[in-house]
Amino acid sequence: MTEPNDNWLYEITPKRKLIDLNFKEIWRYRDLLFLFVKRDIVTVYKQTILGPLWYFIQPLFTSVIFTLVFNNIANIPTGEVPAFLFNLTGITAWNYFSQCLTGTSSTFTANAGIFGKVYFPRAIMPLKTVISNLFKFGIQLFILIIFYCYYLFNGFELSPNSNLLLFPIYVLMMALLGLGAGMTISALTTKYRDLTVLVGFATTLLMYISAVPYPLSEVSKEVPDLVWLVKYNPLAQIIEGFRYMVLDTGTFTTAGFLYTLGVSVVMFLFGLIVFNKTEKNFIDTV
Amino acid sequence: MSIILKAENISKLYRLGSVGTGTLGDDLKRWWYNVRGKEDPFLKIGGVNDRSAKATKDYVWALRDINFEVKQGEVLGIIGKNGAGKSTLLKLLSRVTAPTTGSIKTRGRIASLLEVGTGFHGELTGRENIFMNGAVLGMTKAEIKKKLDEIIAFSGCEMYIDTPVKRYSSGMTVRLGFAVAAHLDPEVLVVDEVLAVGDAEFQKRAIGKMQDLSSGEGRTVLFVSHNMSSVNALCSRALLLSNGGIKKEGDVEKIIEVYLNENQKTKTNYSLEKFPHRQGNGEVKLGSVQISSEYPDEVPRTGRKLNFEYHLLNPKGYNTSDIQFDFRIDDNLGQRLLWFSTTLKKYEENKVLNRLTFSIDRCNLNSGIYYVTTYIRVRNEVSDWIQNAFSFEVADGFFYDNAAGVVPSQSKILTNFDIFSYD
Repeated sequence: MTEPNDNWLYEITPKRKLIDLNFKEIWRYRDLLFLFVKRDIVTVYKQTILGPLWYFIQPLFTSVIFTLVFNNIANIPTGEVPAFLFNLTGITAWNYFSQCLTGTSSTFTANAGIFGKVYFPRAIMPLKTVISNLFKFGIQLFILIIFYCYYLFNGFELSPNSNLLLFPIYVLMMALLGLGAGMTISALTTKYRDLTVLVGFATTLLMYISAVPYPLSEVSKEVPDLVWLVKYNPLAQIIEGFRYMVLDTGTFTTAGFLYTLGVSVVMFLFGLIVFNKTEKNFIDTV
Repeated sequence: MSIILKAENISKLYRLGSVGTGTLGDDLKRWWYNVRGKEDPFLKIGGVNDRSAKATKDYVWALRDINFEVKQGEVLGIIGKNGAGKSTLLKLLSRVTAPTTGSIKTRGRIASLLEVGTGFHGELTGRENIFMNGAVLGMTKAEIKKKLDEIIAFSGCEMYIDTPVKRYSSGMTVRLGFAVAAHLDPEVLVVDEVLAVGDAEFQKRAIGKMQDLSSGEGRTVLFVSHNMSSVNALCSRALLLSNGGIKKEGDVEKIIEVYLNENQKTKTNYSLEKFPHRQGNGEVKLGSVQISSEYPDEVPRTGRKLNFEYHLLNPKGYNTSDIQFDFRIDDNLGQRLLWFSTTLKKYEENKVLNRLTFSIDRCNLNSGIYYVTTYIRVRNEVSDWIQNAFSFEVADGFFYDNAAGVVPSQSKILTNFDIFSYD
């Protein structure tokens, strides 16, 4: 047994580094990632009549209701932008974040069966959620573009601004925030199931303080005492920034943008650490 | 041959009771010790993993200080009773969960087969699921594509390959799952008792494939099973786990022998004098029974001698010619298997019957637990009739000389036969 001990391929040990995201391994499992994404997309609406139309229906109906409640009843002004388009833009962006969050937050509990039987990099699961949601986001973006064109042809003055170049970064920030929060929650739910209950309604509540159905400027005007709640909410910044680049409405500050970017990265790293700590032993507690 | 896998001092601690490895309070305590740089306080208090003993501690060592090495191309069997730690060891090896202490080092990729068809999705077709399952088990898409035809052919589900798996029979799902697994290409393959599924034909094919993997392709396999005949057929070396530790390791046949004898804790001697539920007039009663095999300490085993020694209570001194002694053997499910009927008329007439030994030369019962109902008639009247008077266990053994063992689920009773003719 005089084998040199240094040429082991890998070692299974109890302790683990703080951040141990093995990119090489994830790359090796890229086909699995792809297949999971495909499976998500293909199977969700199997045996439904409307199929992928559901991707359209949900944001459209929400926008209609929002317009009815917030703009027609509560009279929240949306500037020169048609209220419906204003809401649709916000909801499209919000949907991506919230779906990433809810999707990843059940990573461990929902996949306990498969995780308990076979090893593959656990990070594949939250990643596939983010990627397959990107697909849904793309479809919803497509509807947004259709309505955008519709309003454009009907004589509304609409034009995106140069911030549109930041679009990929906005998507990335939403993904990072959703992933970070989702991974943290998924790690905690392996032991404390209370959080699964919380996630459901917390995301809905979070939406209302994330400037989805109203512009940021309205908050500072109507309830200046509570403006911090929205202003320092990175999601509100994202939604506001998203609308700003698409509809050229609302405000954009570089400081706010950098702040949001910073929070997203920190949130993601935090989630990653918690996720890493959990993934090795969660099967014993889940 | 070089060592491909090495386990050093691996242990695994589990918490007894409702939560996995601790409550919020324990977590905080553990965290507090950790912050101060002290050792985990719960590591010290684990009890020994003995399923039947009363739990005295909150934590238990499912595995304790396991050390072993596996050589390249070796097929290692891991055997032990339920709860001995086999599955925990497999979980650690396949990285499903991490050990509490110790480390496992490997020079090759480990693929684990703790279940067939992991990652199958009912809505996807057989073909799509082959890709899904293969990828979950660590294959790349290109690898699967290359073997796709082979996998489909091996599964024998060609006709249904483009039908969603939810329409499959459970057997077909399993076949498809195993077909994928059998075409895995890892350096080390860890297999749990997945072979215990599917029909007999498929089981045989699966065993054959496993043999090919190890002998032909030099694959290292770690194989866990309760089926001693397949362990015997596949493995060259074995580990015997008991109460979370390695009890013995070495040549497969020796280890199986040790295991089978250890496993045998069922009684071989029953006193029936005070057995409450019996019918009959009680002229002659069954006093006790002794079950044995060839040698006094040996337990009954398929293909070996099986003896029942009945001691009768015969206070009035009835003769052999007065007594008819019958008994029936049922399996553990209550299925009636065999009825033995004896009239003792042809034996010495004027002898008072006190003891009677019944013997089968080559026990034709497959491994399992059996129940015996005894029935004594004296001068054509029921004297002593006891339902399920005693039970005995038959250990795994070989009945047919030149064939693999038969799985008990396939047949409880085996019989001798001759091949009448062949060309």
